[in-house]
Amino acid sequence: MGIVPDQYGRFGQFGGKYVPETLMNAIEELEIAFHEAKEDPKFQAELESLYKYYSGRATPLYFAENLTRHLGGAKIYLKREDLNHTGAHKLNNALAQGLLAKRMGKKKIIAETGAGQHGVASATVAAKLGLECKVFMGEEDIRRQQLNVFRMQLLGAEVIPVHSGTKTLKDATNEAIRYWVSHVDDTFYLIGSVVGPHPYPMMVRDFQRIIGDETKAQILEQEGRLPDTVVACVGGGSNAMGMFYPFIQDHDVQLIGVEAAGHGVDTDMHAATFAKGKKGVIHGALTYLLQDEWGQITEPYSISAGLDYPGVGPEHAYLKESGRASYHPITDQEALEALQLLCTTEGIIPALESAHAVAEVLKLAPSLPSDHLLVVCLSGRGDKDVEAIQGYLTK
Amino acid sequence: MISVIAVREQEIEKKFQSRTTPLFIPFITAGDPSLEATVKIALALEQAGADILELGVPYSDPLADGPTIQGASARALRNGVNIETCVRLAGQMREQGLTIPVILFTYYNPVLQYGIESLFQLMRKQGVDGILIPDLPVEESGEVIALSKQYSIPLISLVAPTSKQRIRKIAEQAEGFIYCVSSLGVTGTRNQLSDGVEDFLKEVRANSKVPIAVGFGISTPEQMQQLAPFADGLIVGSALVKTIEANSELLQNADTAEKGLENIKRFVQNLKCGVR
Repeated sequence: MGIVPDQYGRFGQFGGKYVPETLMNAIEELEIAFHEAKEDPKFQAELESLYKYYSGRATPLYFAENLTRHLGGAKIYLKREDLNHTGAHKLNNALAQGLLAKRMGKKKIIAETGAGQHGVASATVAAKLGLECKVFMGEEDIRRQQLNVFRMQLLGAEVIPVHSGTKTLKDATNEAIRYWVSHVDDTFYLIGSVVGPHPYPMMVRDFQRIIGDETKAQILEQEGRLPDTVVACVGGGSNAMGMFYPFIQDHDVQLIGVEAAGHGVDTDMHAATFAKGKKGVIHGALTYLLQDEWGQITEPYSISAGLDYPGVGPEHAYLKESGRASYHPITDQEALEALQLLCTTEGIIPALESAHAVAEVLKLAPSLPSDHLLVVCLSGRGDKDVEAIQGYLTK
Repeated sequence: MISVIAVREQEIEKKFQSRTTPLFIPFITAGDPSLEATVKIALALEQAGADILELGVPYSDPLADGPTIQGASARALRNGVNIETCVRLAGQMREQGLTIPVILFTYYNPVLQYGIESLFQLMRKQGVDGILIPDLPVEESGEVIALSKQYSIPLISLVAPTSKQRIRKIAEQAEGFIYCVSSLGVTGTRNQLSDGVEDFLKEVRANSKVPIAVGFGISTPEQMQQLAPFADGLIVGSALVKTIEANSELLQNADTAEKGLENIKRFVQNLKCGVR
């Protein structure tokens, strides 16, 4: 596999820049600024310092001994992105894009959020770096994630409820793009996942690859070799892309993305983009997405707000098409069971998103030999979901 | 019944060549408030002096549109409208006597799912004269442009106030006319047009081989008058869609449809006062 994306922002046939002309100049400027920042040791040093002293990186790679024993198969490691400041991997990217915004002289940032994790990360970064922050969030997600809404407000951000469409992440993204079209002169759009027009999928991947880079060094230190399998959940796919990317050239490492199957891929209630989607354009990129036969984007569903997205990052589409990664669906029920098991065996409450990845591990691990190294990206902690989980479990 | 819709060639070009005042180019969403009403509205617009019709294909995620056209899009989708119905609707308009050029306004995903070439074939058969895709910038338009040449159905390009050095690149491959976005933002009425709009239009004109039209935010005769000296065409969308929405009940009732159409004509005639 060659270097992707190419100069047009293509990962094979996927990706590209399908946005209104009004935004084209802004994304061209962003691409130039990103490349300059990447080469600038000062920018890198500032980012590394924030990662270390502000966010608490490196996050541990933790051998889940109890879970391993309970499942009686592969040796399971958890990459503890839940231990980042603000409780998820989202801060890795938000800190980097926030620094980039400042470097570009933009004083205002906007962000979209589903579960609220990226919104919280953006609000946090805005507070830390002295930027003005507006977060677009679907009404339905606001209802599901009250605590994160308040958290963002506490951090000084303005949360803008989105009433259009299905009132979830896709609509929050639409509304953020519309706002950006109107305020492109002074506003930086801080996209939270490996989605959107080029250069965002590439940029967010590069800002999240620290997950995989650290994992690689840590597993080599702890086990003296690379893992056999790496698992991560995929909504837009930023934690998975960050985890997978450093392993792509290591062909013996199996990469598995986990998408949300909601009530099941054979029902109307799921967000299983790869299992049920078709190629098309969403939020500026050619990728797989859930749509009807006429190209209208359909409503996704998942118990987890962060996976409730009808598209997927274009590089994931490329990894799937090329066979380098595979993508498996996990239902709400399976995720809930996995969440409970991780709580009781390891004393770790994962986010509902991450619980999907854990659920895949529950399926895989028992039939694998005890020397099989299985790393799962625990992308976020479950505190934000506790109330929702209580609702589901006492139903 | 097999209908024969006359083959049309370079209708947009001819229209601009024969103009004495800037062309009036209204936008409507197909299927709002109903497919039947859309045909009647198109005919009424032609009678009221529309020179080219922009026919909008409703889309679930209209990124470039403000609340007015989003609302029209959602209503049309509830009526079961899709890209094929929209193109066939143009054919029905032709059968009922519409002669002005029709431009299909559609987001890219419905085009991809229908099949780009299949769409051009259908547009050719149904008497559609141009196509405009707001989320397909010049960098991504290669395949569509090739087919637009093959089927002689121009792909209308957009330029924005932020296009800057891109204006030349866009103008070089422009067909039909260039759609100039008057100001930053999504579609929708604006109380005031942005200050630099006249200089922007002059710059596009200086770079363009084809006529230029301006849209986004135009809703009053005064705004039409302000922009008329700088453009070959004036596009009005949201203000008209709002008028249609306000007359939705009248339009959907056989006894009162005429009255609704009269209201729409009056709105258009009032706007056109600005360019006489």
